[in-house]
Amino acid sequence: MTDFRIRHPNARVDFRRPLSFSFDGQVYPGYAGDTLASALLGNGVRMLGRSFKYGRPRGIVGAGPEEPNALVQIEAGPLTIPNLKATQVELYEGLIARRTSGWPTLAFDLKSFCGPLSRFMPAGFYYKTFQNQKLWPYFETIIRQAAGYGSAPEEADPETYDHRHRHVQVVIVGGGACGLFAALDLGRSGLNVVLLDEQNEMGGWLLSSPHTSIGGESAEAWLRAILAELQSLPNVAVLTRTSAFALHDMNLLLAVEQLQDHRPLAERSESKPRQRLHRIRADRIILATGAIERPLVFGNNDLPGVLTASALTTYLNRYGVAVGKRVVLQTSNDHVYQGACDLARMGCSVVLADTRSRPNTVWEQRAHSAGVDVRPGYGIAAAHGGRTTHAARLAKLDGEQNTVLAPGPLIECDVVGSSGGLSPTVHLYCHDGGRPLWDESRLAFVAPEMGRAEAGIFCTGAVTGTFGLQAGLEQAQRVTDAVLASLQKSATRKARNLETDEPDSIPARRIFRVPDGKPEGHGKKAFVDFQNDVTAADIHLAVRENYRSIEHIKRYTALGFGTDQGKLSNVNGFAIAADAMGKSIPEVGTTTYRPAYSPVTFGTLAGAHEGDTFEPRRYTAMHAAHVKRDAVFENVGQWLRPQYFLRPGEDRDAAVRRECLAARRTVGIMDASTLGKIDIQGKDVREFLNRIYANAWTQLAPGKCRYGLMLDENGMVMDDGVTACISDRHFLMTTTTGGAARVLTWLENWHQTEWPDLDVYMTSVTDHWATAAVVGPKSREVLAKVCSDIDFAPSAFKFMDWREGTVADVPARVFRISFSGELAFEINVDASYGPHVWEALLEAGAEFGIMPYGTDAMHVLRAEKGFIIVGQDTDGSMTPFDLDMAWAVAMKKPFSFIGKRSLARSDTSAPNRKQLVGLLTEDPTVVLAEGAQIIEQSDLEPPVPMLGHVTSSYFSPELNRSIAMAVVRDGIQRRSEEGRKLGRDAVFAYADGKTHKVKVVSPVFVDPEGARQNA
Amino acid sequence: MFVLFCPHCREKREEEEFGYGGEAFRVRPVAPETADDETWGDYLFMRKNPKGWHWELWTHTTGCRKFFVVKRNTATNAIAGSWTLAEGRNVYDAEGGAG
Repeated sequence: MTDFRIRHPNARVDFRRPLSFSFDGQVYPGYAGDTLASALLGNGVRMLGRSFKYGRPRGIVGAGPEEPNALVQIEAGPLTIPNLKATQVELYEGLIARRTSGWPTLAFDLKSFCGPLSRFMPAGFYYKTFQNQKLWPYFETIIRQAAGYGSAPEEADPETYDHRHRHVQVVIVGGGACGLFAALDLGRSGLNVVLLDEQNEMGGWLLSSPHTSIGGESAEAWLRAILAELQSLPNVAVLTRTSAFALHDMNLLLAVEQLQDHRPLAERSESKPRQRLHRIRADRIILATGAIERPLVFGNNDLPGVLTASALTTYLNRYGVAVGKRVVLQTSNDHVYQGACDLARMGCSVVLADTRSRPNTVWEQRAHSAGVDVRPGYGIAAAHGGRTTHAARLAKLDGEQNTVLAPGPLIECDVVGSSGGLSPTVHLYCHDGGRPLWDESRLAFVAPEMGRAEAGIFCTGAVTGTFGLQAGLEQAQRVTDAVLASLQKSATRKARNLETDEPDSIPARRIFRVPDGKPEGHGKKAFVDFQNDVTAADIHLAVRENYRSIEHIKRYTALGFGTDQGKLSNVNGFAIAADAMGKSIPEVGTTTYRPAYSPVTFGTLAGAHEGDTFEPRRYTAMHAAHVKRDAVFENVGQWLRPQYFLRPGEDRDAAVRRECLAARRTVGIMDASTLGKIDIQGKDVREFLNRIYANAWTQLAPGKCRYGLMLDENGMVMDDGVTACISDRHFLMTTTTGGAARVLTWLENWHQTEWPDLDVYMTSVTDHWATAAVVGPKSREVLAKVCSDIDFAPSAFKFMDWREGTVADVPARVFRISFSGELAFEINVDASYGPHVWEALLEAGAEFGIMPYGTDAMHVLRAEKGFIIVGQDTDGSMTPFDLDMAWAVAMKKPFSFIGKRSLARSDTSAPNRKQLVGLLTEDPTVVLAEGAQIIEQSDLEPPVPMLGHVTSSYFSPELNRSIAMAVVRDGIQRRSEEGRKLGRDAVFAYADGKTHKVKVVSPVFVDPEGARQNA
Repeated sequence: MFVLFCPHCREKREEEEFGYGGEAFRVRPVAPETADDETWGDYLFMRKNPKGWHWELWTHTTGCRKFFVVKRNTATNAIAGSWTLAEGRNVYDAEGGAG
């Protein structure tokens, strides 16, 4: 195995700390400080995968978040992570990584046979080819497998994630020279500062150019001094391995900090989170996010061994890896020269094709003295190779036009690097509505230095197009002063020597696609987007097919999608599209930069909001009593309510049947504590209720209750519940369990915005009271045993009365109301007495065989009586009249209550509306599916007009047959005597491929006269 | 996610503490019974829905439960201020009730 390491002292890897790791089953050596990418390159591993569409061999292209090809799957089992970029995976002892593409094997990829067929796979191939929708699922399976991205873990994630909210004066994104410099000055001024950087150490590009000098010091020494001072400042937090991925409204910056991923599995802490999401609200934000070098587009530029020039420099200087020994570079600009000199000095042979016919003379001289063979006016027409690179064909370029003057020599090499200039990392700047500006002199979309100062966002360094180090540091100083001034502070600093050894730069050549002398599409494939296999020819094709908006071109070709989000490809793609359309680059513009800048795992976004801590869980005061009696619970909103209580040998149906019959024949007891309770007081409370409810409240005397129907302003039922008059100035409203918070906000809204003159005050008392409903013919006898100061005689305590008294020695309000149609009492006590009273009632009821029942039985009991559940039997389009509840609407009230006027709207008052009815199946054993469609005919030949649907459906133990409630068009007429005569009550219910004959009837199946509840 | 100033609590708080209440200063017809269908329909269904400055209702759901008004730019999420209903009404009227 060849060793590609050059063990020089400036490298940021520690050659005294060797590590071993495995890739695709083979074990390799590496060093502490390596990334997986640098370690693989150090071992000469070139080919890491196959491309998405054509199955072409691919290798590492970049050295950071821009990497499009080297996607790997790390570790196994629940800890596995798919699609990490090898350039961002820090090496640790024992790391296990696999390639994610290449199917069935890396060496034999089915898609590589597509290569020769590639002229049949143009842009929009999938849209054009797979038009048969029925066959698509079949194609999709194959395409997905062949595309070969990694696989998500199948087990639950065993790791934990943390969220931290930070409120700071300044956050600085990017720990390169400019970010560090800004942090230092701001930190010295005493401001509360966070500096973050996605890499494992601060320094940015300085880590790749250790020979640079700043004010006479080496970059390394300069860095060390600044970091030491920053560490000593208690007001400055320096976060490494922290990637800012989104910038939202009002300077909310989201960043994810890696806390464990770089550690060997055995050394990870189980008690600490794997990653932490920082939600940083900052008065000022400084974006010092730098720039990413974009490659030039040329033939076979996707071969393993073709990298960006800056990546070659980084691997050499930072990681001590010479990717190849015989290097051909090509450039449009000055930025590659330092790297070219470094490579030559480290013993590589370097040919540098500068597409400009007149390179920067200072750099040219420095390159010559380092031993670099500079070829002015040349570009690379195509690279040659297969699973690696072995030559580059040069071409002599025209000095003005991007055309070929003459073919150039074929140069043997083992690595090619290219630089098409720097693309500023403007993503965060654009997340919150900022638009990047095209700077023609720098050939880059840049963020302005003053960013959006009015919003507190500033930019400095390469992100603004300031690519020189000295100019960047001077700018960082200016921006820092502006930030301080905006916070009414001023910098106290001495004049500093910021001189560097960079020569003045000269303009870059305006070139994106290097010509090969052939019309587009006829030469070797020239890739713009590696991850999505988008070529320059594809973009030309999209333009020929008349795509004009860059957003459409992106979606048609897939340019800029994927895990790298076009960090290398976008600007080249925009420029090639602009040239194809004969437009300028700013006219074409950019696609929209959206969060996230780089992929973030769902676990981090969720943080603690998952599993048991996803949302608050509410328990009633009697919860433990229910657990003791083997309740099976269901979630109702945030509440846990007993659904049924299982006895030995029972299944759910048997339990519900037993509970229902107890309530109907003897006595049952239900925990009704979850109903929303709103205490309303004030001298205008009656008037307020008159306006809010459809019913009338003027006459309701203290000691009485009334069922109320609440409408929205459209006249539709939005909530219901019983409200009791405590006194003339004091009422207690109950709401549905799920509607409590919404109703309180609704009441407050009307009171505060429309009727502030009304003297009313309301507060939620849901949790203050525990409520036990004692239900059934024996309920009066049970109550009499535990309460001696209330007269339970039917004449003294009537249906819809309430009384104050003492139940089981505890002060209580007892309501004679019923959601089952049986004689029933709801006992409300201070929540802390709930368990005591519950047990006392069960004890008192024991002689009658009292049984606790759950929500299942409650549903059956109420449906037997035709009582609605708002939100189940209604859906926001049901008026009280649709529900046949005109009795609950007081049309004569003086104030036009909410929703009243809408009841007279033409649609609301139209005949033929869907109305609530009961349904009885012809076969009494059939329980219809809730949601089943009601249709007029059994014949399913379309069209089949739909009349409505089943809203509630149960087996009734009392009637020993199935019952259902439904909303049916013209339902009330259908179930009337006239409708029955006409046979309109005979309809069908359709669900799950079956049609059942049903009769439309009254929804009150049990005790229609109400004799039981009035007993 | 923005930050809102509650004019009752006199505190800047994260958006998640608040609930949105839609367009502010909508006027319910004084005599709904005599309002014709078009007037009533406009009240029910028509909203200004501007691109730009918008007066809107918010409620401090997890705080004081009070409603207040915010003038927010729907295109940029810039917030000109927040006021109690009564104060906001004055500012709104002084602007000519402009959307």
